Amino acid sequence: MTAATAPVLEIVEPGMLAIVEDLGRPGLGALGVGRSGAADEASFRLANRLVANAERAAAIEFVLGGLAVRFRRTATVALTGAPADVRAGHRAAAFNAPFAVRAGEVLRVGRPARGLRGYLAVRGGLGVAPVLGSRSWDSLAGIGPPPLRSGDLLPLAADHAGEPSVDVAPVPPPSGDVTLRVLPGPRAGRFAPSALDRLFGSAYEVTADSDRVGLRLAGPPLRRAPGAAAELAPEGMVTGALQVPPNGRPVLFLADHPVTGGYPVIGVVAAADVSPAAQLRPGDTVRFRPTAPAAAGAPAPGLVRAGPAAHWSPPRRG
Amino acid sequence: MRTSELHVLPCGDHAILVELDDLEDVLALNAALRDHEPAGLVDVVPAAETLLITFDPGVTSAQRLTDDLAHLPDERPATDEPPLVEIPVGYDGPDLDAVADAAGLSADEVVRRHSGAVYTVAFTGFAPGFAYLTGLDQRLVLSRRENPRTRVPAGSVAIADRYSGVYPRSGPGGWHLLGHTDAVLWDLDRTPPAALLPGTRVRFTVQGRDERR
Repeated sequence: MTAATAPVLEIVEPGMLAIVEDLGRPGLGALGVGRSGAADEASFRLANRLVANAERAAAIEFVLGGLAVRFRRTATVALTGAPADVRAGHRAAAFNAPFAVRAGEVLRVGRPARGLRGYLAVRGGLGVAPVLGSRSWDSLAGIGPPPLRSGDLLPLAADHAGEPSVDVAPVPPPSGDVTLRVLPGPRAGRFAPSALDRLFGSAYEVTADSDRVGLRLAGPPLRRAPGAAAELAPEGMVTGALQVPPNGRPVLFLADHPVTGGYPVIGVVAAADVSPAAQLRPGDTVRFRPTAPAAAGAPAPGLVRAGPAAHWSPPRRG
Repeated sequence: MRTSELHVLPCGDHAILVELDDLEDVLALNAALRDHEPAGLVDVVPAAETLLITFDPGVTSAQRLTDDLAHLPDERPATDEPPLVEIPVGYDGPDLDAVADAAGLSADEVVRRHSGAVYTVAFTGFAPGFAYLTGLDQRLVLSRRENPRTRVPAGSVAIADRYSGVYPRSGPGGWHLLGHTDAVLWDLDRTPPAALLPGTRVRFTVQGRDERR
């Protein structure tokens, strides 16, 4: 084995769940393959920036701490996401700042008081074999490197982008009570007029069956408009979609959501608010507020284009 | 897409959902987007009556993308004959008799009708490489099983609603299982890994019907 492919990381303890993620595999929807990728993309990107990796570099995403990794070579690392106690050998380290782990030392991450997911980026990025152009584990499709286990050995890649220059990044800690901005649609018209009021006026609780596919939410059910069918022909789904199954309880789709779904989507969480959503743990509270489409760079609701010389007119309500 | 109307629904800040009249229009727009890709396009998900288009909001906007769609040339796949894939099927599925009962047909007639049709891949999405095939005989249109199976074997040939499909790998599923095939429809070492792409035509051929498992 050459120096470039010799393993550098040895997983001592994966904790509850530790997986390899990058920015996923966009562009394969027509094959039935979703994007996947880091669930909290903002924290993932920050981790790579702190160690001056290319944005595509793969990192470890882990749930509720408990991760322990032995380093066979000295490496520069950064931890982001749900903050917890960190030790590199006998030294204390911190989240949101790059630091060195020396050859032979074990990096240990404790349990976070708040938040769910942590990211460990290593200078150069993880060098596991990509599948369909990405090193991400897609938990729904079963594509990519499977969840890490004790004893797994990981090489590093050479996904650098300059030299580390940031000492510490100021990051607000995750909150157990967040308000997410929502753009109504595409199927808001299928719901009773009171449903959007209820969505925006209620607190929902994240339930224990939430995962990388989506946050299952308990709270006031969102009722369909009289006569509107519970199901529709399957259609493409996006990350952040609030899909409402027949029981009326919304599911907020995260990174590993299905490519298509047959239940109506009442609204879509603004892309920038999906990362904080991915830090919510069972029992946390989430609220929603409407946002102006223009503010989030989205279309005004219900634009209809009828031919090249056409006018804008009201949407067809499905 | 000069003649037909495009109904564009907002879908968050980085996607639009285009509603179309039928699958033919969906596949036509899908083909036009493939041949004339607008700036900032990230992914396209064709479905039964819709096309989901995700975009990079740093490059384009929903409105600009909608304008781009309106100016795409009207391409009909008819000028470009789609490939035909033949899938040999052993009609030995555990639901064959139940489907026959529900449809009021003999098992032989179910097999004759299922293998007698030419299907079109409408879209994928339930799982990687799982293609929803349209063209199912009207008599075989049944709602899905009330109790989905927790494990359907890979290669199972199945029907539900107005679709037929083949499970590319084992997993949970609520479709009625008519038989099985040894054809490999999903292979990560192949480019593309899915054998059945939107627009592809499919015919099931009868193989080894007497070897019921």
